[in-house]
Amino acid sequence: MSESAYERVKLARDKDRPTGLDYIRNIFKGFIEFHGDRRYADDPAIVGGIARLNGSPVTVIAIEKGHTAKERTYRNFGAPNPEGYRKALRLMKQAEKFGRPIICFIDTSGAFCGIGAEERGQGQAIAENLMEMSTLCVPVISILIGEGGSGGALALAVADRVWMLQNAVYSVISPEGCASILWKDLAKAETAAQSLKLTAEDAKSLGVIERILSEKEIGKKEFYDRIRTLLTEELEELEHDPDLVSNRYDRFRNIGTGAVIKE
Amino acid sequence: MAVMNFLKPKNQLEEGGRTSAPIQRDAGEPEKNCPNCHKDIALSRLWANDLVCPCGYHFRMKARQRIQMIADKGRFRELFSGMKADNPLNFPGYRDKIETVRAASGEREAVLCGTAMIGKQKCCLFVMESYFMMGSMGSAVGEKITLLFEYAIQYRLPVIGFTVSGGARMQEGLLSLMQMAKTSAAVKRHSDAGLLYIAVLTDPTTGGVTASFAMEADIILAEPGATVGFAGTRVIEQTTKKSLPKGFQQSEFVLEHGFIDSIIPRVSQKKYLTEILKMHDGRAI
Ligand SMILES: [Zn+2]
Repeated sequence: MSESAYERVKLARDKDRPTGLDYIRNIFKGFIEFHGDRRYADDPAIVGGIARLNGSPVTVIAIEKGHTAKERTYRNFGAPNPEGYRKALRLMKQAEKFGRPIICFIDTSGAFCGIGAEERGQGQAIAENLMEMSTLCVPVISILIGEGGSGGALALAVADRVWMLQNAVYSVISPEGCASILWKDLAKAETAAQSLKLTAEDAKSLGVIERILSEKEIGKKEFYDRIRTLLTEELEELEHDPDLVSNRYDRFRNIGTGAVIKE
Repeated sequence: MAVMNFLKPKNQLEEGGRTSAPIQRDAGEPEKNCPNCHKDIALSRLWANDLVCPCGYHFRMKARQRIQMIADKGRFRELFSGMKADNPLNFPGYRDKIETVRAASGEREAVLCGTAMIGKQKCCLFVMESYFMMGSMGSAVGEKITLLFEYAIQYRLPVIGFTVSGGARMQEGLLSLMQMAKTSAAVKRHSDAGLLYIAVLTDPTTGGVTASFAMEADIILAEPGATVGFAGTRVIEQTTKKSLPKGFQQSEFVLEHGFIDSIIPRVSQKKYLTEILKMHDGRAI
């Protein structure tokens, strides 16, 4: 892993990377998309529905950035509004009702920072997902495929297993945001990226993720086949875990405890 | 309009008689300028009023002063007071920063937790500290709040939490972000156990704290004029290139949009909380 942290950030943002829908279409069969949060609107930045993974029904949810300029505008560049998170939660509750595992693909610079987003409770929407996902009684696997931007990414990542693509990043704040707040200097984004420990290797050594997915042949059939196999194997294991929910609690409960000094 | 309540309040403090007696003023007594009515207010008068200007403006308050105001006299027992952040990522400048803040604030971390009696009702209480890195949430803050909810589950107690936060503490990177999930899971367990959680949002409550335990309470209250939101206003202006509506992200605005149960001025908070605690007494068993 020779690239610097900031080079990883650029790779994670690369417009040519596969997006959420590419993963859904290539890993699963018979995807049926469902729309709307039943409260306000349908958010095109989050796509969700049901599909088959090796024949078994699963619920899939993905943050979608789009490929073309037109798509990217339509998808709000993958920055979800509160209704996107509420749609995701609705589909997760539906999955729980019908005993389907949930698989989330995450790729966002962050939850959208807009007037309407605030008026409709962006913070409340994320908070509710964090709370409700912690006790879903079906297996949840979340994969960070590009950018994992703060609370907007975490709102789909309170999962039993969290995986990251080799060049995905996961961070509490963008390196640019960090540099401008701490050092009032955008040029220090590289230092910030390094200091924030946002690469897949960093996340794994901090105990935040379980697995790093290789990007060998990314976007090709072999790449998606590999992820399909890993998902199938992991779900097999999770579906037989009688302590699924309490293990998920402990998973998050223990993160960061080593970073606290007790006097 | 709710916003006007804070701009032109009836002065409940004066009505309550707490400051109706004229306070003796020294000529050289220090004053503080109120950002709302732009008058200079004597510090002694502000302190006697729980840091509320006669115009109704709520100044920021240190966590320990707030505990004195809310808890019955001598009935706050601090828990987990020895916990503090390390520098888990070796983030440049963090260790010096936090030592400076510790010395200046006299606190080890950005939240105080404990058990308290409020109007003779037993509860768990946490109060965040704005004078400690603007109440930012790192691993120690997340751990203390999680421990408090777990304690409250064990002893079947309600939790009352006063929030003030600029968001997640970026010097602890991903570990800070994960505290949002960790605290939320603890709140959920407490809630599923049938126990009451009341959050009181004070100025400012933003970012990762808004997007976790601040917005997860059964009853969400706020102080008048408090900034409550997820994203910072500057970021929103840069993103949308639009000017923000009047009163945007103030608690009155958030109340109007349906995300807060009620705005309670400081002078009424203890009575209000006592009443709610009493109405839930025995319900959770
Ligand atoms: Zn004033």
